[in-house]
Amino acid sequence: MELLLASAIGLLAAAGVYLCLRARTFAVVLGLALLSYAVNLFVFVAGGIRIGQPPIVGAAVAMADPLPQALVLTAIVIGFGMTAYLVVLSMRARATTASDHVDGGDTPR
Amino acid sequence: MTQSALLYALVALPFVGAALPALLHARGRTMIGWAAALVPIAGLVLLWLLGSQVFDGGAWRVSVPWIETLGLHLSFRLDGLALLFCGLIFVIGLLVILYARYYLAAEDPLARLLALLLAFMGAMIGIALSDNLLLTLVFWELTSLTSFLLIGYWSHRPDARQGARMALAVTGMGGLALLGGALLLGDMAGTFEISELVRRGDTIRAHPHYAVALVLILVGAFTKSAQFPFQFWLPNAMAAPTPVSAYLHSATMVKAGIFLLARLWPALSGTELWFYLVAGSGLVTLVFGAYTALFRHDLKGLLAYSTISHLGLIVLLLGMNTKLAAVAAVFHIINHATFKASLFMAAGIIDHETGTRDMRKLAGLWRYLPYTAVLATVAAAAMAGVPLLNGFLSKEMFFAETLTLRDVGALSWIVPAVATFAGVFSVAYSTRFIHDVFFNGEWDASERVPHEPPRWMRIPVEVLVALCLLVGMAPNLTVGPILAVAGASVVGGTLPEYSLAIWHGFNLPLAMSLIATVLGLVLYFGAQRLYNLHAFEGRSPWTGARLYQIVIVSLTKFARRFTHFTANGSLQRQVAVLVAVMLAVGWWPFAGGIPERVLDRYTPLDAIAVIGWLVLVIALGATIAMHRQRLTALILVGAVGLMVAAAFAWFSAPDLALTQLTVEVATILLMLLALPFLPATTPIESSRLRRARDGVIAAACGLGLGGAAWWMMTSAGSSVSSEHVARSVPGGGGTNVVNVILVDFRGFDTYGEITVLVVAALGIVALLAGAPSERESGEAPAFRPAMLALLARALLPLALLLSAYLFLRGHNLPGGGFVAGLITGAILAVLYVGNGAAWSRRQLPLDFPGLMVAGLAIAAATGLGAWLFGRPFLTSAHGHVHPPIIGELHLATAALFDLGVYLVVVGVTMLILEQLGRLVPRREVDS
Repeated sequence: MELLLASAIGLLAAAGVYLCLRARTFAVVLGLALLSYAVNLFVFVAGGIRIGQPPIVGAAVAMADPLPQALVLTAIVIGFGMTAYLVVLSMRARATTASDHVDGGDTPR
Repeated sequence: MTQSALLYALVALPFVGAALPALLHARGRTMIGWAAALVPIAGLVLLWLLGSQVFDGGAWRVSVPWIETLGLHLSFRLDGLALLFCGLIFVIGLLVILYARYYLAAEDPLARLLALLLAFMGAMIGIALSDNLLLTLVFWELTSLTSFLLIGYWSHRPDARQGARMALAVTGMGGLALLGGALLLGDMAGTFEISELVRRGDTIRAHPHYAVALVLILVGAFTKSAQFPFQFWLPNAMAAPTPVSAYLHSATMVKAGIFLLARLWPALSGTELWFYLVAGSGLVTLVFGAYTALFRHDLKGLLAYSTISHLGLIVLLLGMNTKLAAVAAVFHIINHATFKASLFMAAGIIDHETGTRDMRKLAGLWRYLPYTAVLATVAAAAMAGVPLLNGFLSKEMFFAETLTLRDVGALSWIVPAVATFAGVFSVAYSTRFIHDVFFNGEWDASERVPHEPPRWMRIPVEVLVALCLLVGMAPNLTVGPILAVAGASVVGGTLPEYSLAIWHGFNLPLAMSLIATVLGLVLYFGAQRLYNLHAFEGRSPWTGARLYQIVIVSLTKFARRFTHFTANGSLQRQVAVLVAVMLAVGWWPFAGGIPERVLDRYTPLDAIAVIGWLVLVIALGATIAMHRQRLTALILVGAVGLMVAAAFAWFSAPDLALTQLTVEVATILLMLLALPFLPATTPIESSRLRRARDGVIAAACGLGLGGAAWWMMTSAGSSVSSEHVARSVPGGGGTNVVNVILVDFRGFDTYGEITVLVVAALGIVALLAGAPSERESGEAPAFRPAMLALLARALLPLALLLSAYLFLRGHNLPGGGFVAGLITGAILAVLYVGNGAAWSRRQLPLDFPGLMVAGLAIAAATGLGAWLFGRPFLTSAHGHVHPPIIGELHLATAALFDLGVYLVVVGVTMLILEQLGRLVPRREVDS
């Protein structure tokens, strides 16, 4: 199971980084979304993995580590704010430069 | 008690006093000058009040903890050496202030110069009095900064700016080295208190880190005191106004390094390494400075190199590892300060009266400035070491000391020989200073007739020259006592036998003096007659200043090239470099192999997880393959997000699953709103090679993160959160530990995060300001499916109920402000999409920015409320109430904070979506 999760995290990160390195803003936005999935999962599994043991006092004898969950929860919400900002930024950039290239021009450098 | 107050007052006085000239800057120059002069006068009074006990062999010490964990205390100590330095700093400071008032031209702001000078004075007093090595460093850096401002006082002149920069760079670098040395030294001695540290010399010298610490400390001291090979900044600092040079480069700043060497003498000296480094550098500096000084044409340049040479002499004495030499060093510190300050002032008078400092132009001033000529001649004679003047006494002691050196074995004759050689040049350049200026030709009076300076410009020189004479003729009555106590505190205890008599009979040192004087006169007049010194244009390409320039220029070039490589304007390039560097940094700790692990933990596979994994991997692969079809790619990323949410749910994180799901809805909605404003497809631009390169980088990142995750998950480790779990119910009043952590234990963190959300929303509003919107173009005739419109209306109350339920139970069961806010936001967004923004706004007039701000305010007020009960920010309280019908109700202030979170999330989500939703694609505006 650990290998399954680790490979999912690795694949998410690889896909995210690859898209982040592309030249068009939309790909970068998608890439960052994938990258934040990877990082959120990474932080989440830092507490070890447990099935059916939510961090509710009294629900089970053992429980999952609540701290990484709390960190990831805010990260998810902040990630939404960041994605929204990036999307709007790329729209604005296209309106200003008439191109959606990350460097603001169609000629690649 | 009063004495310790006086000691603190002594340190604070110049800093407080520095405000005086600044406050009086609009008043007359005389007023400013005397106000500034009050500071050193008051300082001398304080010294007098405290001094009697020091002369009896005692010392005053005060200490208050400042940053205890670092061993940094506000410790000050007034012993003999500190008393001597404070006296020099105040006396010469007072004279320089009076002199500056008349020296400075009317257009130069006197208040600025004097305020800076007083601040510098405070930093120097701090160095002299500080009894904590770290505190010394604080004042040390202060002298670097204030002297930078003083050297660059005439900031309109490029040479002043450059000289100031060079001085700051060199002394600043030395300060950094000194910091390292001081930390090592404190570590070796086990204390940073200097008075304690100097008693542990044996421990320090025996320590394996002694050599490293010594070299670092010496770099600091040598840069400050312009010792070889760091001497080159001093001549360039001569671009400062002459009063500044007289103060900084004769009596104070350059003596700070020497002061430090003297202070740490009992702790560091006595080893062979100390001898070779300190005495060696001093010897080279002594000869180099004396030799170079003779060939300078600028009066201040000559004095600068002479200062370098004399500093070298003092350093050489300190390096000789004998107590007698150390006492001679202290004596020469006093003498050099007096004659060098007066010579700088005389040079200033000449410059002031003739308009030049160039000895090739100056000549025959004796006729116009006879009085100044006499003063300058006496001071120059003291510099040359003529009998009956103070310079002679310390120079004799120096010569005598060089003769006792036995450390260098058979080559012992070299040091006295070199010392005599330097003495010859010292006599020669002193003679040149007088002969080339006051005699040696006629002054062309047709252009400018020089006059004797005003009284107050002359008095400081007179006082200093009188001191040279008094010390020279009656040393025991004048400097005897202070030299005894200062020398005693340098050598740490008993003074060696020494005699301050003028006449020691015919002996070897006297012979050396005689040889130096005769040969020096021969050298000067011979060189002048045979070669004409004025024609000398020796400019070696390998001067220190030139090397410094080369280093600075090549550093700048390298920085520019490096910046161009990493940031050439292409974001792709920059991101690639960034990721590559990150990879390298991440790989670095594991380069030597992966550390042993304590325990491997494996959880068995189950079918559901495998299915989820397959869906995720397929969706991911499809995303990459089809990322150019944007709508398809968006839907695929949505699928990936759902699988992530499912993973959270499966692995015991219900809160995360709920949050991820609702965020997913909001994100997809947002992207759908944005898509019409972006091209539908992405063109292929990157070359195959580039895509391969990016693929390799991406794969390395994936391997790294995945590998780290695997390693982390399968290793046993302890979690810090057991504390959180244990305190959740009794301390936070909730069973949902995640929520309790968010709104209580780490409430401040959450508060910061909701603030970030608000900032992001405001940023979006700002970015979209001015874009064409629905409101301006009227109701957009968009197609709206009736099903969605009706369903959204029907779902709204249910969804609001759900979010209220999740919010209320959040403290105990999965839910809470974030999740509830996102659900509310999602259903409102669906309502907007289904029914149009205008309709929705009419039916549900919600002020989203207002909600957002209100939420932030409630969260802040909850936090501040704790202050009313004398608790820290965001301390929560909870209790049980029993209202009728409902039964028992558990209330916590954290719930109020969570309400703030809820409102912020709703406000931010809706503000963003509404902003995006009211935009009209350009083609619709055009049609």
